Amino acid sequence: MKNLLYFLIFPGFLFTAICGLVASWVDRKLTARLQWRVGPPWYQPFIDILKLLGKETIVPKGASKLTFLSAPLVSLASVTLVSTIVWMVDLNPSKSFVGDIIVVIYLLTIPSIGLMIGGFASRNPLASLGASREMKLILSYELPFLLAIIVPIIKTSGAIRIGELLTYQLGNGLIVKNLSGMIAFFVVIFVLQAKLSLAPFDIPEAETELMSGPIVEYSGAPLAIIKLTKAMMLFTLPIFLIVMFLGGISTDGINIVWGISKYIGLLALVSIIKNTNPRLRVDQALKFFWGPLTVLAIIAVVLACMGL
Amino acid sequence: MNLKLKALLKSPWVFHVATGSCNNCDIEIIDCLTPRYDIERFGMVLAGSIRHADILLCTGIVTKQCAPRLKRAYEQAPKPVIVVAIGACACSQGIFKDSYTATVPMDQVVPVDVYIPGCPPKPEAIIAGVTKVIEKIRKSS
Repeated sequence: MKNLLYFLIFPGFLFTAICGLVASWVDRKLTARLQWRVGPPWYQPFIDILKLLGKETIVPKGASKLTFLSAPLVSLASVTLVSTIVWMVDLNPSKSFVGDIIVVIYLLTIPSIGLMIGGFASRNPLASLGASREMKLILSYELPFLLAIIVPIIKTSGAIRIGELLTYQLGNGLIVKNLSGMIAFFVVIFVLQAKLSLAPFDIPEAETELMSGPIVEYSGAPLAIIKLTKAMMLFTLPIFLIVMFLGGISTDGINIVWGISKYIGLLALVSIIKNTNPRLRVDQALKFFWGPLTVLAIIAVVLACMGL
Repeated sequence: MNLKLKALLKSPWVFHVATGSCNNCDIEIIDCLTPRYDIERFGMVLAGSIRHADILLCTGIVTKQCAPRLKRAYEQAPKPVIVVAIGACACSQGIFKDSYTATVPMDQVVPVDVYIPGCPPKPEAIIAGVTKVIEKIRKSS
């Protein structure tokens, strides 16, 4: 019962949804200011979700109804679970269990896979094309992502518990202060961009060529769930990276301001990269991830093994 | 007024349907998104897919090619949806009234909620028209 409460209210669904929607507003407002516009009011993402919940839900003719409607729920559940695990450990490092880093890495892939399944199930050529691009993008960014995530694990001599990573960083300084950690963090920022499918890696959604990619056939409540999942990813993924590389967000006293400013800084960086880069083709993205970024990540792993 | 409609009027996502227009009205619609006019202040976003749309901005005379497609686009949009006819052609077929490709006025194909005349209408006129239809719905409910 208590665990359900954790999942649904505090570090889980409700908390993440509210923070995620506020984060998506920060992103939209920053985009607007960078383009010299005024931008939407702060409650705009909340109203968008509310409106979509009230609209008609259309299932396209010939689509697989069950798969089409349940795919967004799978994404939502997995991102909520990630947020719950990361926040529970961040608030109380002793609650960490063995292998939770591996669980989180697996669960972070599922929102993209859910989107892919939904796209293929919708029986729309544009959605299928978007879903296949999403698949190629997952294949390209997972390799440097895993290599970069190994670096903090090597630094803490093989701790695969998030809690141990946090206590290590409390005693020995942040991972990102080392040379290897710095390189790994640099790699991870690009992966973050691709995982959130923002420019220059918004290849699956390519508005000008694929309309909205895998979500082209969604309307009403399922679309609201997809938008909410995206907003929650925008909150959860940077928090996970902050826990891994920047020592987490501590909640005692004035330290919380420092923690929040870490998150806002990372969000602003993501937004600025999004607004100043054009979209890559999918083959260019693959070359970029498997070429320079993988080499950099391998260098970081070697440096970490040497103790730098 | 119920919450559903209130939310709809605060975040209308617009979709752009061109039914054989000369591209002039389309450029004026794109102008609404620029820093000078910035319709995102009202929560309006240009939606990529018809399934995400709340407002259909229709331009052009309804040509023989486009008449069935316009009807289909309207049927594909999730309800409730508002249709706005932009430009002299969409309102009354304009100077192409006697053209061999012209069929019937737009409001005989789909139910039009607001007409914005002009060749092309200014971006201010488009924004004024859309906010007027929002006001109308707010008052009538």
